[in-house]
Amino acid sequence: MAKYLLLKHYRGAPAAVNDVPMDQWTPEEISAHVTYMDDFAERLKETGEYVDSHALSPEGTFVRYDGEGRPPVTDGPFAETKDVIAGWMEIDVDTYERALELAGELSAAPGAGGEPIHEWLELRPFLSTAPTITE
Amino acid sequence: MSSPVDEALLRSLTPGVLGILVRRGADFAAAEDAVQDALVEAVRGWPEDPPRDPKGWLVTVAWRKFLDATRADTARRRREGLVEEEPRPGPAPAVDDTLQLYFLCAHPSLTPSSAVALTLRAVGGLTTRQIAQAYLVPEATMAQRISRAKRTVSGVRFDRPGDVATVLRVLYLVFNEGYSGDVDLAAEAIRLTRRLAAVIDHPEVAGLLALMLLHHARRAGRTAPDGSLVPLAEQDRGRWDTELIAEGVEILQAALARDRLGEYQAQAAVAALHADAPTAEETDWVQIVEWYDELARLTDSPVVRLNRAVAVGEADGPRAGLAALADLTGSSPGPAAGGHGRRLPRATAAAAYLHERAGDLATAARLYADAAREAPNLPERDYLTRQAARLNTRRRG
Repeated sequence: MAKYLLLKHYRGAPAAVNDVPMDQWTPEEISAHVTYMDDFAERLKETGEYVDSHALSPEGTFVRYDGEGRPPVTDGPFAETKDVIAGWMEIDVDTYERALELAGELSAAPGAGGEPIHEWLELRPFLSTAPTITE
Repeated sequence: MSSPVDEALLRSLTPGVLGILVRRGADFAAAEDAVQDALVEAVRGWPEDPPRDPKGWLVTVAWRKFLDATRADTARRRREGLVEEEPRPGPAPAVDDTLQLYFLCAHPSLTPSSAVALTLRAVGGLTTRQIAQAYLVPEATMAQRISRAKRTVSGVRFDRPGDVATVLRVLYLVFNEGYSGDVDLAAEAIRLTRRLAAVIDHPEVAGLLALMLLHHARRAGRTAPDGSLVPLAEQDRGRWDTELIAEGVEILQAALARDRLGEYQAQAAVAALHADAPTAEETDWVQIVEWYDELARLTDSPVVRLNRAVAVGEADGPRAGLAALADLTGSSPGPAAGGHGRRLPRATAAAAYLHERAGDLATAARLYADAAREAPNLPERDYLTRQAARLNTRRRG
């Protein structure tokens, strides 16, 4: 088993095929999309491959230490060019191929016109703990 | 077959048992651990062998657990050369034990999240696992939060009354969190507030209880079958719980008659006016504005003034509402500089709604989309995105 993160981006990923902002869809298309996402997660729970998922607010701030006794420095909201994560789903699957298959399925969620969005998702393997047997 | 343990009974006995242990001289943190151990044993043993006197059983077992733990602890400290006196019996209680527990668990030295967790465990009798599930954090994290909270209040005297306002704030937080996992936090908050109302006579306790009941009454109408949010104006009022409404209104009226108005009574009054309207159109917005004026005098919170602006929009028309909103947010609502958390939540959504009612669909659609980006939770974000989509679809069509 190996864990993977499926990352969805607000910005920073290549443009989707069906690239229409959600507020330009019809309410029915939004409902169809939400249902698809819920069903997808539900199916992974049934197969025992679902770990966790979360959506993130598009807003974020860069923060860093600015020396003893000084408040941290902040920078942001992010500039328009920066990569912005919209949310993630963590899955635990047997093979890389299975992870690819699931990411492809998620990317096919319906968007404007009820057509698949073909959105680019980022698939990132987790670094695992060290195995006991190494030889 | 054995019958399952009556968990409601078990949990209702928890604060009383804990109070007895503390009065016998156990320190709060150790007593609380002992009561949790006794609860676990009850869940295991009662189905086969139910006690005749459940509370007496719990006190006996918890006290034994406490003594076992103390002996083990004392022996260990003796070995370490740090012998301490046995705890002395505490003073006789000046106030009801249960009430004292509420004060202790909401002590001002605790952070809100710690006070909430400690209240749910020590007063509510929930397990650490249940509380962790409800707040979506790992059980070990919640266990640590609770044990730190217990250490923080370990020096607090158990025989002095605290500030009821801090208790009400904690219960309000529990109620407002909604629910996840197998614990219904809203129902739990109502149970704890009922209990509090039974041991202290205070109009604001009654006000908070009424507020909770009146909002809980709308629960079935608040979400569509697909889980999406249904706003107040579009809710099927036939799905509201009329019994809870009647109870809430009765409690509120009795509290208001005492003429010691507070913020919870005023909020409950607004909720009661909504509950009283057979349809959204028949809502008495003029009176609601008056209650928001009272609330603004009591708290002067920007959230109250935002809600007041929306109510003004209903009572005096959307232009008046937008003017009230502009007073509140400065020039225009929308993304503020400085990142998350600085701006008033939902101000943009309110502006979008008022612009739509004023007939400016283009501005409303743009503001709904902005509001969706600022939304603090997923159901609200989906709702606001749908609003933007609805207006954009209508403008195209």
